[in-house]
Amino acid sequence: MGRRVAHAEGPAVSLLRTEGLSKEFGGVCAVDSLSFAISPGRVYSIIGPNGAGKTTLLNLLTGIYAPSGGRIFLEDADLTGRAPHEFAQAGVARTFQNLQVFFNMTALENVMVGRYRRERCSLATALLRTPALARAERTCREEAAELMRFIGLAEWLDARAEAMPYGALKRLEIARALATQPRMLLLDEPAAGLNSAEMRGIGELIGLLASRGHTVVLVEHNMRLVMGVSDHVLVLDYGRKLAEGTAEEVRRDPRVIEAYLGSALASDCSVGSATTSGGSAGGTAGSVAPTLH
Amino acid sequence: MIARFVSPRIGGLAALLAVIAALPLALSNNYFYEVAILVGLNAIVCVGLNLLIGYAGQISLGHAGFFGLGAYGSAILSARFDWPPLAALAAATVAVALLAYLIGRPILRLRGHYLAMATLGMGVIVSIVAATEDRWTGGPDGMSVPPFKLFGATLSGEGAWYCVVGALLVAAVWLSLNLIESPTGRALRALSSSEVAAEVSGIDSARQKVLVFVISAVFASVAGSLTAHYSGFITPSKLTFFHSIELVTMVVFGGMASTYGAVVGAAVLTTLPQLLTVFKDYEMVVFGAIMMGTMIFMPKGLVPSIGTWVGGSRTRKDLR
Amino acid sequence: MSGQLAQYLLSGITIGAIYALVALGFSIIFNASHVINFAQGEFVMIGGMTTVSLTGAGLPLPVAMIAAVGLAALVGLALEKLAVEPARRAPVVTLIIITIGASILLRGLAALVWDKKLHTLAPFSGSAPIEIAGAALLPQSLWVLGVSLAIVLALSWFFGRTLLGKAMLATSNQGVAAQLVGINVRRVLLISFGLSAALGAVAGILITPITLTSWDVGIMLGLKGFAAAVLGGLGSGPGAVLGGLVLGVAESLSAGYLSSAYKDVIAFVLMLAVLFFRPAGILGGRAAERV
Repeated sequence: MGRRVAHAEGPAVSLLRTEGLSKEFGGVCAVDSLSFAISPGRVYSIIGPNGAGKTTLLNLLTGIYAPSGGRIFLEDADLTGRAPHEFAQAGVARTFQNLQVFFNMTALENVMVGRYRRERCSLATALLRTPALARAERTCREEAAELMRFIGLAEWLDARAEAMPYGALKRLEIARALATQPRMLLLDEPAAGLNSAEMRGIGELIGLLASRGHTVVLVEHNMRLVMGVSDHVLVLDYGRKLAEGTAEEVRRDPRVIEAYLGSALASDCSVGSATTSGGSAGGTAGSVAPTLH
Repeated sequence: MIARFVSPRIGGLAALLAVIAALPLALSNNYFYEVAILVGLNAIVCVGLNLLIGYAGQISLGHAGFFGLGAYGSAILSARFDWPPLAALAAATVAVALLAYLIGRPILRLRGHYLAMATLGMGVIVSIVAATEDRWTGGPDGMSVPPFKLFGATLSGEGAWYCVVGALLVAAVWLSLNLIESPTGRALRALSSSEVAAEVSGIDSARQKVLVFVISAVFASVAGSLTAHYSGFITPSKLTFFHSIELVTMVVFGGMASTYGAVVGAAVLTTLPQLLTVFKDYEMVVFGAIMMGTMIFMPKGLVPSIGTWVGGSRTRKDLR
Repeated sequence: MSGQLAQYLLSGITIGAIYALVALGFSIIFNASHVINFAQGEFVMIGGMTTVSLTGAGLPLPVAMIAAVGLAALVGLALEKLAVEPARRAPVVTLIIITIGASILLRGLAALVWDKKLHTLAPFSGSAPIEIAGAALLPQSLWVLGVSLAIVLALSWFFGRTLLGKAMLATSNQGVAAQLVGINVRRVLLISFGLSAALGAVAGILITPITLTSWDVGIMLGLKGFAAAVLGGLGSGPGAVLGGLVLGVAESLSAGYLSSAYKDVIAFVLMLAVLFFRPAGILGGRAAERV
């Protein structure tokens, strides 16, 4: 376990905790007896080569996959085996690596969907559109607009989602996830496909969210982003925990270097694109290997 | 405050009401009234079906089954058991809602073609039962249905029926629009776009799908009950696979995810066969050709396609 | 009693073979294009009706049969080219309506070109029943079973051993990858429609001496053939055959022992049961849930 600065350790303080979490697909173990804990208010990154099980882990943590073994705890509640919407209602929100934006709606409506769990109304209310519902809808609209401005999407307030560029859509997903008022926000490769300016923006956004007390979990290939924002890093390899600690500790960990980062990164020399020994670590649009310089 | 009253929703409803109120001026004889009433009844089914197909992104090739269950339920209870028609309608509607709820859960776990075939199978089973249980249903020749009585007064005559069906259609459209613009409606549109993203946003997609399935079944059942009373008889031909396809085609032709599109689709495709009787033997050929042609050349449906032609310049501005 | 059972089994297998051929047609098209061709039943109708009218016009039976199969294949090719290909990227609902529209169109044409009466063909080799295990087997049934078996064997050789057949299977599994290795996917689609149509037509010709044919015989046969395909596993060739036979026998047994009035319902009840409990069908693998 790595050193953490000025934070109490122990299960009493963790927001999310897994115990022996496993997921098997027809004999292949994508996640293997993974146990870790995430403390509230921190930025936590999960890195590792392709096939390390990062997206599988994220799907497990949001109920999209049911685990083959192990347990998942959100504070004291055992969420193991629950459906995705139950995870969402418990306060776990996420974005997707392959955008899952609702393209049949406007940007604002996308964010409004995020407010669903607080907006739920009875069928009769919905069918009859009571004045109370109409008022609630107006509030919902205003708060969604406010969220979009906070995220930096003010210019897209009136746009249809299908008209927005890729970078804006990635932010839109984050806005939608934030609209659920989550206790924990899981971002699946938020920097994928972004240019360096956009990526810096995402890094700033994550920093801003952290400063407001949000707990952010990041799955990312982009080392610069990871090293820049993370309080804590978990390195996966073949579905198992390879290393854990602060960004600095992980960067210097010889096991991590060998499996993922490549020895050229051990020093502070600027590198072009580093290749790994365990196969290329980049399968998403834009990033080919962990970039760091 | 004023803005609320000139919102697109109110405007559209007012326009619909105006059309329904003004239409009798063009209906010069009973036959036209009859067609208009049939259009209205089909439109009620289509508005409900559109919620399922257009907004929630599901498919049903068996909705004539719900229509028929409402029709036969009302018919059997009022003709064979002497129930008051209103009570029969209520009972049939509740029964259909219950049935839709029970089969909705397992059926809506399926997707795409599998869902289509399951709903088709369900509809065919209902139609075969209706044609075979002739002790209850009168078999393939059907059965006669007593007229609709409301608090002692008999509902008869094209004019009276026109008013009732017109009012119900406006009510159906109003309910549908309300639902679409509510959090529930957004949830439905969300899950039709990306079910997994809807789920992680807290939407219980299975429950929502069943909900809209039940609602669309209820719309179909009520329309079915009324059709039975209006026509004075009901035959299994109203429950066939072909009728289910007609309903789906009306929805898709008019424009999926468009409540008014469903009404337009019902209007066009109900009157069309009446016009096509001119073609006599060519009726099926022309109908089939129209089905294929509109789907190939106008896949978004009539109302949205017209919407894009009309609002073309506006959409281009949106695309910075 | 066993004579009766044998009778039901025999007639069940006979009609089952027909369902199997129709189901194979569905599977071949579904494999190539993920389209459910609701017009499949109409190919069965075209096969039977064309043969009837051509033999009625004086042509010898073999010539009429070949012409009928050829015509059906042409109709299948036309359907693919004119209706399915322009709408390849459309959503499922749209494609369903297109093929259903096609089936309505074809039925309407059939009613125009021919008529709405029932027609029959003379059995291929006489109608003297053969005694087997206390049951009477029609010689026509032997034709049905024999030709169906031959077709199934020919298809498995085609898909398993010939380059074109393997190309078609490759397209079904990985369309894009198939294109990248040079397989002409559009040609595969065309061929699959033509082949399925021919299969349906053969089924229609074979069964006409037993169950007659008419302009609308395609509706139920198409639906039941589809039920058989789902039963065995949509997209699986062996599944289609198995599903067809199981369906035919189940139908025959339930009509004999339970209720003949509800004979047609069995197919759909079985289909619903499969869709509820094992959507991949008897021979289909467990459907993997991946996000």
